[in-house]
Amino acid sequence: MTTQTPVAPVHEDAHQAHHGHSHGHEAGHGTFKSYMTGFVLSVILTAIPFWLVMGDVFESKIMTVSLIMFLGAIQIVVHMVYFLHMNTRSEGGWTIMALIFTIVIVFIALSGSLWVMHHLNTNMMPMSPEMMKNMP
Amino acid sequence: MSQPTFDTSEQPQFFLEEDHHIESSTNLGFWLYLMSDCLIFAILFATYAVVGRNYAAGPSPADLFELPLVAVNTAMLLLSSITYGFAMLQMERNAKAETLFWLGITGVFGAIFIGLELYEFINLIHEGAGPTRSAFLSAFFTLVGTHGLHVTFGIIWLITLMVQVSMYGLVEANRRRLMCLSMFWHFLDVVWIGVFSFVYLIGLVG
Repeated sequence: MTTQTPVAPVHEDAHQAHHGHSHGHEAGHGTFKSYMTGFVLSVILTAIPFWLVMGDVFESKIMTVSLIMFLGAIQIVVHMVYFLHMNTRSEGGWTIMALIFTIVIVFIALSGSLWVMHHLNTNMMPMSPEMMKNMP
Repeated sequence: MSQPTFDTSEQPQFFLEEDHHIESSTNLGFWLYLMSDCLIFAILFATYAVVGRNYAAGPSPADLFELPLVAVNTAMLLLSSITYGFAMLQMERNAKAETLFWLGITGVFGAIFIGLELYEFINLIHEGAGPTRSAFLSAFFTLVGTHGLHVTFGIIWLITLMVQVSMYGLVEANRRRLMCLSMFWHFLDVVWIGVFSFVYLIGLVG
């Protein structure tokens, strides 16, 4: 019985000390440098696709479209890392798990919709302009 | 004075290397909300991808979109992201006035963004390219409008938090709220990357 009483205050002190310093490295705080790095990278990654389209840089549409998609994907990663402070350690890895799960679902939803709808479109009965006019 | 003596030299041992406290579970919960919001946008993007070329003999992106306006809009949202970052850094330093200042700047950039988007929408509707014109325009207005609605609510939340901070200071609860809004705000910027790349730029390329 006597050994138990002092244990609580010791634990409380330890807890408070721990709590006090935990604010410093709480998940999701960047530094001025990390925010500026993210910002500069974002500006570059935004400027390039706008320049590609506004300046008609490439003849080939496929080249331009795939570059825009690629730069967009990189910029999303940049935002995740430098602005949303994404890493594999925060919340014991649960945020990254949730993110990966979401990416999988988003991929299935996007590619599945496009695939199914494209399939439906190509299997539709061809429609002449005359039939089109009589559409309800 | 018969205090029993204890061996205090031994440090308490913790199995968890990092402290688990209440705020962090709020952060995780809010992150999960953002992920579910991400699914909403994914479905709207998928809808746009499927029907985005169905113009119903109406205007196409090349007839409607003005890239300079979109570029300015993108710049506004990007700037608001970095100024929110500055607000968070000032919050870390416990500087209330500076935090409020940067939050205010963020709100102004957000408001300009919404103003420009409304201007664009009103122009489109005046040109007869409203959401009822074609499947493409329905999907466009739904996707971009949902994003704009998110930003609008973000601004309302921002103003609420500015009032809270100015009244109660940077207390624990307000820090937690600012942290959540930070995630929300940066998340909206991430969605906007998808919008300007996929809808505007690729729409104009054709």
